[in-house]
Amino acid sequence: MSGDNEQKPVLYSYWRSSCSWRVRIALNLKEIPYDIKAVSLIKGGGEQHCNEYREVNPMEQVPSLCIDGHTIIESLTIMHYLEETRPQRPLMPQDCFKRAKVREICEVISSGIQPLQNLIVLIYVGEEKKKEWAQHWIMRGFRAVEKLLSASAGKYCVGDEITLADCCLVPQVFNARRFHVDLRPFPIILRIDRELENHPAFRAAHPSSQPDCPPEVAK
Amino acid sequence: MGLGNRATLYAFWLSSCSWRVRAGLQFKGIPFDEENVDIVREKRHLTEQFRTINPAQKVPALVIDGTTIIESMAILQYLEDTRPEPTLMPNTPLLRARMREICETIVSGIQPLQNVGLRSRLGSKEQFQSFTKYWTERGLQTVEDQLKSTSGHYCVGDQITMADLCLVPQVYNAINRFNLDLKQHPTIHKLFENLLKEDIFLKTHPENIKHRMIKNVE
Repeated sequence: MSGDNEQKPVLYSYWRSSCSWRVRIALNLKEIPYDIKAVSLIKGGGEQHCNEYREVNPMEQVPSLCIDGHTIIESLTIMHYLEETRPQRPLMPQDCFKRAKVREICEVISSGIQPLQNLIVLIYVGEEKKKEWAQHWIMRGFRAVEKLLSASAGKYCVGDEITLADCCLVPQVFNARRFHVDLRPFPIILRIDRELENHPAFRAAHPSSQPDCPPEVAK
Repeated sequence: MGLGNRATLYAFWLSSCSWRVRAGLQFKGIPFDEENVDIVREKRHLTEQFRTINPAQKVPALVIDGTTIIESMAILQYLEDTRPEPTLMPNTPLLRARMREICETIVSGIQPLQNVGLRSRLGSKEQFQSFTKYWTERGLQTVEDQLKSTSGHYCVGDQITMADLCLVPQVYNAINRFNLDLKQHPTIHKLFENLLKEDIFLKTHPENIKHRMIKNVE
C-alpha cells in the first residue's frame, strides 16, 4: 500500500467545514503527510461547483481526499479508509463493543447533527430561522452524545485513547459555539473538548490554522 | 428483554433506518424479536422509558450480546465485526470506501433531511413535504452518480453490501412519500427493482411485517 514514490495525498478542504476538519485531525493523528487545497464553499456560490473542482470530484463535495490514485468523499468514509490502509496510530479500538461505541458517537454527530446545520441547509431554512434551527438540532444531538459519553468516556470519548469519535466531536463543539449553544448542560463534552484543545494534531487542524482562514480570524 | 440468544430490535415498521438493520439481521441469519416503537402516532421514541434504551430518541436500537447499540450504521458494523459471515462488506479497502460513500450519502445526506422528526420544526405539511422532497431528490442524484461507477448486479459490484441495505429503504420512502419517478435515476431504478425480489428485502419489507408490528401496539 505505501511506497516511497507514492504521491502525497491531497485533501480538498474548507477551513471552517467541520467535515473537512474531522479528516484533517485524523490525518494529523496518524501522522500522514498531506497537501491541502482550499475550496471555498462560499465564494461565487461555492467553488466546489466549478469545472476545475468537478474534474477532481464530480460529486462536488468537500472534503475529498485524493489518495492512492483515488478520490474518496464523505468524512467518515475517508477516515475508515485511512484506518484500514494506514493502521499505524489506530483511531479505532480493537474490541468490537468499543468500536460500536465509537461509531455510535460518530453517527449521532455526522448524521444526527451536522447535516441539519450544514451550510446549504441553513441557506434553505433562511436567515431569520437558521440560528434557532441550528441550536435545536445541536442541542438535541448533544443531549444524546452526552448520555453516550457518560457510559463510554474515559479521558476521551471512548476510553483513554483518542478515536474517530473525538475527531467528530471537537469540530461539532466549535460549531455549537458558533451558534451560541449553551454548552453548560454538557460537562463531559466540554471536558473532552478542553482536553483536546491543545493537542498538536487538533491545533494544526483547527480552522484558524488553515491556509484559507481569513487573516482577521486566524490567531 | 433480550435474554438468551435472541436479539431484540426496537424499530418502527415503516422506518428506513430500522429496515436497514432488519435486513442486516435477516441476511446474517441472526435470530431476533422486533418491538414496535411507533414514532408517528404514539411518538413512543420520545418517552422517558425509551430514552433509557436509546438516549438519541430514535429507532432503531438493537439489544444484542448483553448490550444495546444505536445508529443503524454502527449496528450493522457491529454485526459485521462479530458475525463476519455471510459478509456485508466488499473485500478491498477501496471497495469498502465506495460502499461507505454510498451509505453515508444516504445515511447523512438524505435520511436526516426527510426524517419525520423534522415535521414539527417545519411549519406546514406542505413545507415539510417540500423540504424533504428537495433533499431527497438532491441526495438521490448523488447516489445515482456514485452507482454509475460502482454498481454491478448490486450497488457495489456483484455482492450484496450495506450499500444495498441503505438504498432500498431510502428509495422506498421516496416513492411512497413523493411519488419519485425512478426513470430519472436509471441505475437506482434497475437496482431497486432487482433488490426487491431478493429474500433479504422481501422478508423484511414493511408491508410484509406490518401485520405483526401493528398488533404489538397496546
